[in-house]
Amino acid sequence: MKSLKTLTLSASVLALGAGMALAEGPALIFDLGGKFDKSFNEAAYNGAERWKAETGGEYRDIEMQSAAQRVQFARRMAESGANPIVVLGFQNAPTLEEVAPDYPDTSFVLVDAVADLPNVRSVIFAEHEGSYLVGMLAAMASESNTISFVGGMEIPLISAFACGYAQGAKAVNPDMNVIVNYTGNTPEAWNDPVRGGEIARGQISQGSDVVFAAAGGTGLGVLQAAADAGVYSIGVDSNQNYLHPGSVLTSMLKLVDEAVYQAFTDGPGMETGVVTMNLASAGVGYALDEHNADLITAEMQEAVEAARASIIAGETVVHDYRTDSTCPAF
Amino acid sequence: MDLATLAQVLDSTLRLATPLLFACLAGLISERAGVFDIGLEGKILAAAFLAAAIAYVSGNVWLGVLAGIAVSVFMSLIHGVASITFRGNQLISGVAINFLAAGLTVVIAQNWFQQGGRTPSLTGDARMPTIDLPFAEALADVPVIGPIYGIFSGHAPLVYLAFLCVPATWFLLFRTRFGLRLRAVGENPAAVDTAGVSVIGLRFGAVAICGVLCGLAGAYLSTGLSAGFVKDMSAGRGYIALAAMIFAKWRPWHAMGAVLLFGLLEAVANRFQSIEVFGLALPVQVMQALPYILTVVILAGFVGRAIPPRAGGSPYVKEH
Repeated sequence: MKSLKTLTLSASVLALGAGMALAEGPALIFDLGGKFDKSFNEAAYNGAERWKAETGGEYRDIEMQSAAQRVQFARRMAESGANPIVVLGFQNAPTLEEVAPDYPDTSFVLVDAVADLPNVRSVIFAEHEGSYLVGMLAAMASESNTISFVGGMEIPLISAFACGYAQGAKAVNPDMNVIVNYTGNTPEAWNDPVRGGEIARGQISQGSDVVFAAAGGTGLGVLQAAADAGVYSIGVDSNQNYLHPGSVLTSMLKLVDEAVYQAFTDGPGMETGVVTMNLASAGVGYALDEHNADLITAEMQEAVEAARASIIAGETVVHDYRTDSTCPAF
Repeated sequence: MDLATLAQVLDSTLRLATPLLFACLAGLISERAGVFDIGLEGKILAAAFLAAAIAYVSGNVWLGVLAGIAVSVFMSLIHGVASITFRGNQLISGVAINFLAAGLTVVIAQNWFQQGGRTPSLTGDARMPTIDLPFAEALADVPVIGPIYGIFSGHAPLVYLAFLCVPATWFLLFRTRFGLRLRAVGENPAAVDTAGVSVIGLRFGAVAICGVLCGLAGAYLSTGLSAGFVKDMSAGRGYIALAAMIFAKWRPWHAMGAVLLFGLLEAVANRFQSIEVFGLALPVQVMQALPYILTVVILAGFVGRAIPPRAGGSPYVKEH
């Protein structure tokens, strides 16, 4: 079933490539989870749309349907003359290692992973720092002294979210109980709101009153379950506060839109290497808007701002799970 | 594990088993009549989408459920026309149904709602309400009885309907004339035909019932278990239901046991990240893979031979 889908899709991509063989301009390849996941991919889409609105330029995009299409899509985009090409997703480092050397004149941007190649800019985020801040907010909002986390796949990237979250919570209250669950082991884990909701319900029944979801489309089910149960939730990547006003405490922002916008603006021949988006460069943060203004008190905001300054100044060091695969908070 | 935790896991089991149970009974009735149905997955998906879409637009969940049933029956009839009337290969037709649903739901959802192939989130009356059984509130604080009663209380009406469908299916298949003929059509259609009963009519009746049940499974998935449709949200439940059906050897009560087992495994995997068994820590990956491992074991014949209805999979050709 997947293979036939791939076949028709690749046929249409071929047609696209043939029709636009000489078309230049930037391109964006979305990861599994889809363009409108209200989270990671949608943030990238918003960045591209902002670039389009400001410059009047055109860009091309494509949504992956299965993991087998990674290399194929990247190659088709490069063949069609798109430049630069932004590739989203932590699983695409091997993709670019395979494709990028064949197109040395094309600039690639890899978001969420590192590929050490001369024509690839790798944008990584200090998710642990942003998660630390929302962990503090969660701990301050919690009355039961139990908070929880729902991840997508159990991979170092998502564990870094969980670890930063737990560290932030324990910085506020060392006795805080942090429940951590992951949705699954396959990419479907990013798109299973039913299971996400069940996991969240399980955590809530264990006493959790703030649930942080870092699970793409699955997170929508988590936020829904929290809203139904009348407890707080925390969104991820994009600002998800508007989804359930009054229930979504805040969102851990990852400025993927900024990374895409920047890449499109820099254009072909951009500076490559590793770009780290952290608190200091305002690449991560927490969302505060009219939907959660009543939930975040002035004291909470003050404490979090102090922590932010302390992290930027290097006084507080948030441990990154990815460096040694351990977490001091567990 | 204390009693409260156990009660919560069992509560979750009932919810997760419900779509499987509908789908499993759907497949069971269809296959008992000799029509294999790989397309359960596609029908669940299509019903999930239309139920959520109509519930959102109309603001009434029950209109959504009806729409879900309608689209699922329609797809069943396509399967029927292809594999009963035109005697096409039942497996191919079922796979085609799955394709059709996977593609069409996303395309239509994008066209209607412009949210990238999902429906907007359902709120208020567009979501399936839950029913609190009588005295649930009063009994909640009673030790032992309270939590146990609580497992059965507070579910969506479709959950209760699904479990009522089990005795209903049993009665239909084993205690009515229609059921006897339906089973006969799956074993020896020529004999039924000789007796002057329409094989085609019976088989169409079976796939229509199958469509209704798949429609309920899909509608519950998108309006009860979650609040809206997302791409591929059936997530293999149609296939798990088929596995449960074979596990149950095409018998309704056993089917209930099988889906409860699969539901329990999923609920346990959701609840516990690692489980200690005899001092050995089982990682959650093992728990999440268990339904599939179990299916392989079942299909390999370790729980006794599962013999499908004899005429299953072959279209009936009248002798001249």
